[in-house]
Amino acid sequence: MCTMIAQQVRIFGRGKSGPEWFDVREANVSYDHPYDLPLEHALNIDFVNEAMGPGARVAVELSVDAARQLVRTIQAVLAEADQRGVLEDCPVIAVPAREISTT
Amino acid sequence: MAHAYQTDQYEGMIAETVTMKGHNGDTINAYVARPLGAGPFPGMVVIHHAPGWDEWYRECTRKFAHHGFVAISPNLYFRDGHGTPEDVGAKVRAAGGAPDARVLGDLDGANALLRSLPYVSRKVGIFGTCSGGRQAFLAGCRLKGLDAVIECWGGRVVMSKEELTPSQPVAPIEYTKDLSAPILGLFGNEDKSPTPEQVNQHEAELKKHGKSYEFHRYDGAGHGFFYYDRAAYRQEQAMDGWKKLFAFTDRTLR
Repeated sequence: MCTMIAQQVRIFGRGKSGPEWFDVREANVSYDHPYDLPLEHALNIDFVNEAMGPGARVAVELSVDAARQLVRTIQAVLAEADQRGVLEDCPVIAVPAREISTT
Repeated sequence: MAHAYQTDQYEGMIAETVTMKGHNGDTINAYVARPLGAGPFPGMVVIHHAPGWDEWYRECTRKFAHHGFVAISPNLYFRDGHGTPEDVGAKVRAAGGAPDARVLGDLDGANALLRSLPYVSRKVGIFGTCSGGRQAFLAGCRLKGLDAVIECWGGRVVMSKEELTPSQPVAPIEYTKDLSAPILGLFGNEDKSPTPEQVNQHEAELKKHGKSYEFHRYDGAGHGFFYYDRAAYRQEQAMDGWKKLFAFTDRTLR
């Protein structure tokens, strides 16, 4: 793409892009050309499972403002769950983000 | 459009997927479109944009054939797996793009295939948009045997040190002195990659080294203004761009 601003993080979860759910193992986060959102650049998140091939992908393309609001909302929801003592000890794979390129 | 054909003339075209030898002798696939007939026709290497080897590039390859070229669009993401162009393109996006050395090897292979065909003349050009525009310029500097370069809004020809990566280790502008063919550049003045300032730097470097270049910059257009399948499409600027493009190839490849 034209910015090449992209990073990958290992994750643990499940995603759905058709009728079936599948394991998502990586999240690719980029600020680059979206495919469908009518903007030149967008914050793109692809939840993927590289071992399953390129088609194992749940994609979202967000405006900058939407992405920032989403980050704040996720943090707020996790903080509230933590405060109420309902956070579960999920088996998150603690692998550091692999930096693809820098800004 | 520049192609003034008559309603009673014969025309025909063949377009299909083929295989070819790319970087390191790897077999990759490519889409080839050509006019029917013995030719000889000039060749055109068509470099798909970063979003992938997609339908727009199929149509673009056929457009060059319609205008009398044997056109080949190599699948630069062949080694990244197969699926929909979007899914494969998203994988390459996450990896920071295709490595320059591999891309150059594939483009060299595409040129070699064209030059081996009996209906291709001795002239071969190269065309690309977006990352493909950058790669077209890079190819014009790094490969031998190209007679014209068409760079459409090539992002990251000018790169800061922070943008360099192991797979894209040198800013293409650094190779300007080695450019071996005339270049046509089409840019939108509202583009963020390349910015007008980066296009200024690109042009200044071409001028400094005495290269044959022709840049056209369009007001009211940003990145990707040829893409009629995207919001970036600008009809007036795109049609003028195609007109200038075919005037350029008439001078350089025929």
